[in-house]
Formats: sequence, C-alpha cells, structure tokens
Amino acid sequence: MNQSKQVVIIGAGPAGMEVAAVLSDHRYRVTLLDKELQMGGKLNQWAHLFPDFSDADELRHAMLQRLNKPEIHFVPQVTVEQISFSSEKIRVQLSDGQLVNADALMVTTGFQVFNAARKEEYGYGLYQNVITSAELETLFRESRTIRTSNGRKPGRIALVHCIGSRDEKCGNTYCSRVCCITAVKQAIEIKKRLPQSEVFCFYIDMRMFGHGFEELYREAQEKWNITFIRGRVSEAARNQDGLLQIKAEDTLTGRPLKMNTDLMVLMVGMEPSDGTRQMQWMLNLKQTFGGFIQSETGLLNGNATNHAGVFVAGSCKGPMSLSDTLTDARSAALEVMKYLGHSIPERQQASAENEISFDNR
Amino acid sequence: MNNNWKNYQKDISNDHYYYARSCIRQNFFPGSETAFLNILQKDLQRDIFDDPKHTTCTGIGYHSDIVPFETTMTVIARQFALMTEAGYSNFVPSCVTSFGLYSEILETWEHHPEIEAQARDYLWKATRREFKIPENLVHTSDLIFHFREEIARKAKFRLVNAETGRPLQVVEHIGCHYAKIFPSRGVGGAEFPYVLAGMIESWGGEVVDYPERRHCCGFGFRQYLVMANRGYPVANSRKKLESMQPYQPDFIVTNCPGCSMFLDRWQYVIAEQEGVTYGEKGMGIPVLTYEEMAGLVLGYQPWDLGMQTHQVAVEPLLRKMGIPFREEEKYLDRNGKSISCPEKPSFLIA
Repeated sequence: MNQSKQVVIIGAGPAGMEVAAVLSDHRYRVTLLDKELQMGGKLNQWAHLFPDFSDADELRHAMLQRLNKPEIHFVPQVTVEQISFSSEKIRVQLSDGQLVNADALMVTTGFQVFNAARKEEYGYGLYQNVITSAELETLFRESRTIRTSNGRKPGRIALVHCIGSRDEKCGNTYCSRVCCITAVKQAIEIKKRLPQSEVFCFYIDMRMFGHGFEELYREAQEKWNITFIRGRVSEAARNQDGLLQIKAEDTLTGRPLKMNTDLMVLMVGMEPSDGTRQMQWMLNLKQTFGGFIQSETGLLNGNATNHAGVFVAGSCKGPMSLSDTLTDARSAALEVMKYLGHSIPERQQASAENEISFDNR
Repeated sequence: MNNNWKNYQKDISNDHYYYARSCIRQNFFPGSETAFLNILQKDLQRDIFDDPKHTTCTGIGYHSDIVPFETTMTVIARQFALMTEAGYSNFVPSCVTSFGLYSEILETWEHHPEIEAQARDYLWKATRREFKIPENLVHTSDLIFHFREEIARKAKFRLVNAETGRPLQVVEHIGCHYAKIFPSRGVGGAEFPYVLAGMIESWGGEVVDYPERRHCCGFGFRQYLVMANRGYPVANSRKKLESMQPYQPDFIVTNCPGCSMFLDRWQYVIAEQEGVTYGEKGMGIPVLTYEEMAGLVLGYQPWDLGMQTHQVAVEPLLRKMGIPFREEEKYLDRNGKSISCPEKPSFLIA
C-alpha cells in the first residue's frame, strides 16, 4: 500500500540519505534531489569523524549501499524552481524541466560553512598561512602534508574556535556545536602528523556535549600535549619573517597574549545553506535563530513545519553534529509516515495463555 | 595583494562642501587645515565653504562623559542648520572624532526618528533654526583620497627618494573613529582601510604592512585626559613604533588629530624616558598629516605647511624627497618675523 505514496526529499546529504533509507525500508517511493552530482553532501569533504576518528568514506559507502533500492530515485544536479500545493498533491518543478509529484516533502538542505573572509581581522584570503578547518580536513582527506606557504614544516599551529559563531559582530549569536570537538580532533591529527609541533587552541568555552567528546578533550591535553587557551584571538597580522603574529587575551590569567605562529586554522561555524534560505522563502517557512528553519513545535513535533506536508530534518534546522543529524532524520521519517497514514503495528494483545508468569512458587 | 578594501566604497561628492574645522588641529598641526582649503580651493578649484559661525562638535566632551548626548546632538544639529542656511548639502569635517560623531548621530536618527525629532525641537527652542540632513558626509581625508589622481597629475614632488629613485616606505595610520565605529563609512572599511594607502600609492610611495598596523595610537580620550593614565597612551604608541621600526619607514602619515600628535610627540617622551629613539640614525620617524603630505607633493613650502611645529624634525625627509627649503626661515612667520625657536631637546636633535 505504501508504494503508492511518494516523498520528495530536497537535499541528498546525510539527513536526506537517512530519511530516504528509512522511508524506503517501509516501501515508500522516494525521489531524492541534489544540486551536486553525488550524494553525501558535506560528508564527501570530510576525512575522519569525531570523536572516534572513523573513516568518513566508510560511513558514506555504508549509507549509499542502503539506498540502492528500486524505491529510491536520485536526481542529481537539479535545483527546485517552484513548489505548488493542491488538496491532493505537492508538485515540485525542477530546474531540468521535470515535474515531480509528492504526497509529502522533506527539506534536508543543510548548512554551509561560514565565510572566514568576513572576519577580516584574521586575514583569511589575505595571508596564505591562514586556512579554515574545512580546508585542513581536505588536506587530511587528500593525505597531503601540512606545510606553510613557503613549504616549511610548521613549528607552531594555532586553532581558533568560534569563527562565525557566538559572534554578534558577524550576526551569528548561536553556537555551531561541532567546532570545539572538530578542533580537538584536528589538533590531535596535526600532532599525529607533526609530533614536534606546538598546537594551541584558542576557545571561548569548550562545549564537549557529545558522547566521548570530553574524553577526547582530556586525551588531547594529557596524551598529545595540546595547549588550550581560554581567550578569543583579536587579530592576526604578518610579521617580517612571514610568520603570523596573533593577539589574544588569556582570560584565565587575565593577561594579553601575543605569539608568532606558522599556521592559523579558523574553526568555521555553520550558517544556513543557500538552499535552506531558498526553501524558507519559497515555502514561507518560519525562521529560527541565525536564519535556520524553525520546526513546528520544539519537542513533540520537531520535524513538522508551519506548512502541512512539509517536513525538515538535519542541519537546515540549526547546527547539528552528524550523529544528531542522523537521529533527527530517522525521527523525521517517522513523522512523515505518520502524516501519510502509515499504521505502525500495534502491540499484539498477549493472550492469557501466552503470558509468561513469574511466580515465586 | 590585499584587495579587501575594495569591498568598502563610499559616495564622495565631487564638489560643494560645508567645512567644519577641528578644535585641536590648529594647535597641533597649525598649517594643515589651511593647506586643505588651499589645495581644494586653489589647486583643485572646488567650492569648500569655511564658515566662521560653526563651533566644536563637542566630541572630546562627549567622549569624556561631560557633555550629554542630547547637547551634542543639538550642537551638531546647529552645524547642519548652518550648512543648510549656507546653501550646502555636503558636509566635510576635518577631525576624525567629529566624523565619527556625525556618523553616530546620523545613524541614531536613521534608526530612531523620534530622537531626531527631539534634536530638531531642542535646536528650534534654542536657536529658532532648522536643518536638512547632509546628503553626503565625508571626512577631509576622503576628499583628498577622492582627488588623489588629480593631485598626482599636478605633483611637483613624489614620495620617492630623489637620489635613489626608491619609493618611500610609508606607515599609514588611521584614526579609530574614522571606520572602526562604522566600517561601511570609511574607504576600505575598518580592517584594511585604504584612504591613506590610496594616496601613498598614487603619489609614488609604498605602504608598510607591519604587525601593529591596526593598533590604536593610544589617544583614547578617557586615557590621556586623566593624567594618571597617560602611561597607557605612551605604551600604545611605543608598541606601534617598535613594530614598525624594523621596516625602516621614511615617515608616518595619519588622518586623525590625536594620532598625528601622539605618534610625533611621544617619540620625544619615549626618548627622554627610555633613551630609545626610532628612525634613521635615531633621529625619529617624521609624522605627517595627509594635508602636509599632499602639500609637499604639490610643492608647498614645508614652513607654510606648519611643519616647523613637529616634534620630530622633517628636514631629513625633505632632503630625501629633494624638496628645497630654507633652514633659516623655519621659525619665521609669514611677515618674516621670528616666532622664536624652541629649546633643543636632549634627544632627536636635527
């Protein structure tokens, strides 16, 4: 019966893929759309995942295998041009001219990383030895060696947290949640590759909320000798030797700090992707902090929107770790099933004969 | 190549400005405002109205918490009324703090029309005057920047070592209130301001990019107005001077009254306190206003520009640029009468 119901998922990143996997398990027909050629979204750009350094490619392949079913139709390299609603169907007009009908719509358009050039005081785009966490991950992914712009092995590397997060100056007051643990992970990966290097993390607070995060943070200090300094970097400049001079305040000692470093890594936060903003505008969805999509009610109906038949999942709702994204996607799939009238088998009434009795006699 | 400044452009009208002077520049660098008027009016043939009726903007009092915002707004409303009465719609203050304050008030009024209405009411009750909001508010350094290529075409001297042909190495320093309050109102924004760098490049010099380039000179009113805090301003200037020294700059140029004075005068204080001097042969790094820099480029006589009042002697720079000058006229006024010669300090003796 479910095969007559069609769900269109906009965005084939981890959230979209997981929703598709769960719905197809229950025999719903799913059309999965993405502007890119490949499924996987930001996962495709990651080398290793926190907190266990598992291989991002392995996870992606495992997820892709689950999608290899006749119920799932992937349409790559398309964008949504128009969405119209009638009493019976939702019609999605695609950029390649296709018109797709749906009984429910799932928005999984995700996030984009903060453009670090907007924090002009850090000189990203100006000084070659200032890179982002996303670029460092690409370097790990391509198994390239960490070098400064003039080919030297960096002796000192500074990782700066909260770039584009918790920052009123750039309009993002929220925490992006994953940057702290990403910094810990990447700092350890740097130390594994460059054991002689000094690695400093400049943070506002260490937000180690997830399973295994706190333990990794401790390991970074105890085993890998990474130095964590509580204080925001105020600016970076280049000195005569081509090194970066950074200024910060160590708020634990209450003293200003100035140091030279070979490489500075900016831990860029999350912002709503262009696709997420487009969906908000196109579907007139409510906004939450930072321009992410607001789900209908926070706790009990966390994936429905103010538009009947339209659901949201993953980081288009706000900054989320990968594990939270996948959990949210499964929850969203359940809400879609409920909306489409899927009857979840009721618990069979156990007959008196089948009851197992525990008896002390 | 840093092109970030290109993201920050501002409208700068080509002509017809109402000019507002600074209340301290005529003491610190007495020839600069006259040089500005001469350059704009005589060399560039532009209409700049220097109105004797205008007053201070109250900036120092406002930032020192002794003049309330309502009073400051009313005084500034009066300046705008004078501009309106004189038939102008473009406003150009000479002081960076004034520019910041005018910008702050216009921004306040834009977001709070009720506060603008209140300022209009106060002004009417106090003076029976009315005003129009300026169509274009720019700082005087914006105007010199705007005409930098025209000035380059009229240049008699360039920012080049006349003997070696090497571009002069110039440290540019921007006053905090120029763009750090409202980055979009400054040419080049707050982090990579281009207003002075553009002049330097157009006139043949090279900008020194040193680590403490964006650091404040230390002039902050709350620091230097309190005698006990003055060590802090000196420390800030010292930090900058220490940072720029290895780049061997030929001179410093700034667009703020306070920065010009501090970076110049503190060199003497540091020399007296610590015995440390900067610049070539320990003779100090000359500090120029942008009007003085433009004036030298256009062939103005250094003593007509008021450069004899600098703490750090400018003669080595003048020789470097190949600018002829008469040493014996340094301390003569326009009528050839002596203005008296300062005592020679222990350090920085030319």
